[in-house]
Amino acid sequence: MIGSMKQQIVISGVGGQGVLFVTRLLAEAAIMRGFSVFTSETHGMAQRGGTVLSHLKVGNFSSPLIRPANADGLLALKAGGLSQHGFYLKPDAWAAVNRREAVVQDSESPVFAVDADGLAQRIHQPKSVNLILLGFTVGVVSKALENRLFCSFEDLKAVLEKQLAGKKKMLGDAITALETGFNEFERLNLG
Amino acid sequence: MIKRKLMLGNEAIALGLMENGCTMATSYPGTPASEILASFAALQKEESMPRHVQWAVNEKVAFEIAYAGSMSGLRTAVSMKQVGLNVASDSLMSAAYLGVTGGFVVISADDPGPHSSQTEQDSRLMAMMAKIPVLDPDSPMQAREMVATAFELSETFEIPVMLRPTTRVCHARQDIQPGNIQWHPREIDFQKDPARWAATPKFRFHLHQALEKKLDAIASYPKTAPVRLNVGADASKAVIVSGVAAGHAKEIMKDLNLWDRIPMYQVLQPFPLHGDFVSHMIDTYDEILVVEETTGIIEMQLADRHRIKGKLTRSVPRVGELLPETVEKIISEFAGVDPVEIDGASDPGVRPTLCAGCPHRAAFFAIKKAAPKGIYPSDIGCYTLGLNLGAVDTVLCMGAAVSQAAGFYHAFKNEKKPPDIVATIGDSTFFHAGVPALIDAVVQKVSFVLVILDNRTTAMTGNQPTPAVGMGAVGESLNSVEIEALVEGCGVKFCRVEDPYNLNEFISLLKDAVKYSREHGPAVVISRHPCLIDRLRKEKPAHQPVKVEVSDECDGCGFCVDHFECPALVLNEAADQVDIDPILCNGCGVCICVCPKNSIKEKGKDHSENTK
Ligand code: SF4
Ligand code: SF4
Repeated sequence: MIGSMKQQIVISGVGGQGVLFVTRLLAEAAIMRGFSVFTSETHGMAQRGGTVLSHLKVGNFSSPLIRPANADGLLALKAGGLSQHGFYLKPDAWAAVNRREAVVQDSESPVFAVDADGLAQRIHQPKSVNLILLGFTVGVVSKALENRLFCSFEDLKAVLEKQLAGKKKMLGDAITALETGFNEFERLNLG
Repeated sequence: MIKRKLMLGNEAIALGLMENGCTMATSYPGTPASEILASFAALQKEESMPRHVQWAVNEKVAFEIAYAGSMSGLRTAVSMKQVGLNVASDSLMSAAYLGVTGGFVVISADDPGPHSSQTEQDSRLMAMMAKIPVLDPDSPMQAREMVATAFELSETFEIPVMLRPTTRVCHARQDIQPGNIQWHPREIDFQKDPARWAATPKFRFHLHQALEKKLDAIASYPKTAPVRLNVGADASKAVIVSGVAAGHAKEIMKDLNLWDRIPMYQVLQPFPLHGDFVSHMIDTYDEILVVEETTGIIEMQLADRHRIKGKLTRSVPRVGELLPETVEKIISEFAGVDPVEIDGASDPGVRPTLCAGCPHRAAFFAIKKAAPKGIYPSDIGCYTLGLNLGAVDTVLCMGAAVSQAAGFYHAFKNEKKPPDIVATIGDSTFFHAGVPALIDAVVQKVSFVLVILDNRTTAMTGNQPTPAVGMGAVGESLNSVEIEALVEGCGVKFCRVEDPYNLNEFISLLKDAVKYSREHGPAVVISRHPCLIDRLRKEKPAHQPVKVEVSDECDGCGFCVDHFECPALVLNEAADQVDIDPILCNGCGVCICVCPKNSIKEKGKDHSENTK
């Protein structure tokens, strides 16, 4: 099982949204599961509000980058991320997008949308959009797409607990945000 | 077994340095290299061994400090970005002749793309020019291993060794088995040998001869020899890869079912290329494809031009990063398989901008008010983004704002009405390369205003301390050098400090400075307000956030959005009004003074107070 695991995920957003943090959490979850992991990140000038893109490859890979039409999934922290980085996706890949309008679901290449900005305001954590979208992603991919993700909600929770050990308030907030996104899937009743 | 740890390429390099007994590490920050020294400092913090870890004032100084450590028998390293090596190149060229005692590794991180640099230059060419060996890692894991090889190679041949990672190595993360850092104390011993360490030109000739002999031997050093990746494959064609392109190519060759068909070799040491390898390739294959970044260094060392396909034959692009999709296309064409055509991104994405509430934005706005028709030379840092505000006309390289300002002055000085010149430079950049240029401007009576954007940190690269902060890389307390004193020491007679958040005062100070400069030569204004995201800052900020709101008087003219471009100010076209994004707004309160119609106000305040 471990030997055959291969998943490639693109995470896009703009500087300041916490794209790197989400990438790290997923990468740590992969290691926890015993998989190898290879990521590539944007640093420097672009981090000042510009487009930020991460590649995450779980399994045995030798290149840090994902080729177009090779990604299994996309997390877009900005609505524009889907049109901007959709070219990375395989024909049957999934995408989870932060945007206001409801879901467009196409059975071939499923797209799930959640108003993570709105939810972040509702839980009084305006900067938690990244974790809400991550929670939502794990929710939809595990429930609507027969567990197509290499890790589970519990894995991510465990990673957060490790990463934020000793920072009680931050950890509590982070888990609230992750859960808010995770539960949103059920609320939207997309199954 | 210790658990594998997720590590950034730069952390892996720092770990490699630690594991191999590096006791002096120096650097000047620059993307993509910055996290090497930061990670080394973090590891050092966990221990208490007497290592020296420092951010130097610039790359040349960093290089020379680490080099002297090596001359004293210690293992040392200096890290920088590729354009930083230009600054240290003087020292590098000479150190190659003199050689080393303790292992000395020069880490120069390249940025094909470029993602965060002025050029795509290939540091391996610098290694070639200096005549030192260079290692080209394909991943964080290999970069860590190569540090060990680099130290060995350096000590075996008494020569500086370059490690050349690229952005995709530095800023990739992999799961890596943490090492066992042991303390290997070494005897410090500087052997006086003036004929070597202070060689005169006559001796340099002999040193040059010796250097050439070393290079010959290094070109057959077994540990850095090219590696055959797929032993079974047999064909009249072969592929040579190096660096990150090797990582891409390994995956692609498998995906295209070429792994068992076309022999592939990975070069670990692009210069000097192993002589036996060159002969073997030329004797064995009719056609050879070379895929490397960014210049064709391996390619130019392969003698038989007719058989080689690469940058020189334009089979491989000469400009830009070799993305895996590009490598796939090149290999497909070379192997005669149908290449997959894929449309990449058409949407350019969001352009970067200064943070909401960044003090630089206020300073730039003020500069445009004080010298509306001026020439605005600028420099390297977050403030390069003053481009968006039309307050940055030139960006050449570190420190050039000051000397370019002088150049513009001399070019225009005989005109009837020469333009005002207002240059901007960051605090760290001023220390790095601005000081000699300012001395020159004082001597030459250059009429210009230099605005030193002093946010008490090196912001763009992750907030490393500047010499004014008085803090070291590991957080230790050090001496500090005040910018005012330095400016005055350069001979500048007009030197004032103001917080750009006090926008109106700042504008009138700038106007005074411009007026002064027209008659008397250089005037310096230090624009002082800390960077908003400076993580080093422990003391509470002096500035209390201002709650701003837009009143009904706003008619959506868009002046603040166009001329101030704070990302928290959003034009709501439907409502003909500007909205303030409460998540982004940092409460600098500067927009209150920017709106020409006084329709941005402090929340809950009597509005008449704000109208001047
Ligand atoms: S990081 Fe600091 S200096 Fe850079 S744009 Fe933001 S506030 Fe300005
Ligand atoms: S106060 Fe005004 S200028 Fe400052 S961050 Fe907020 S919106 Fe931007």
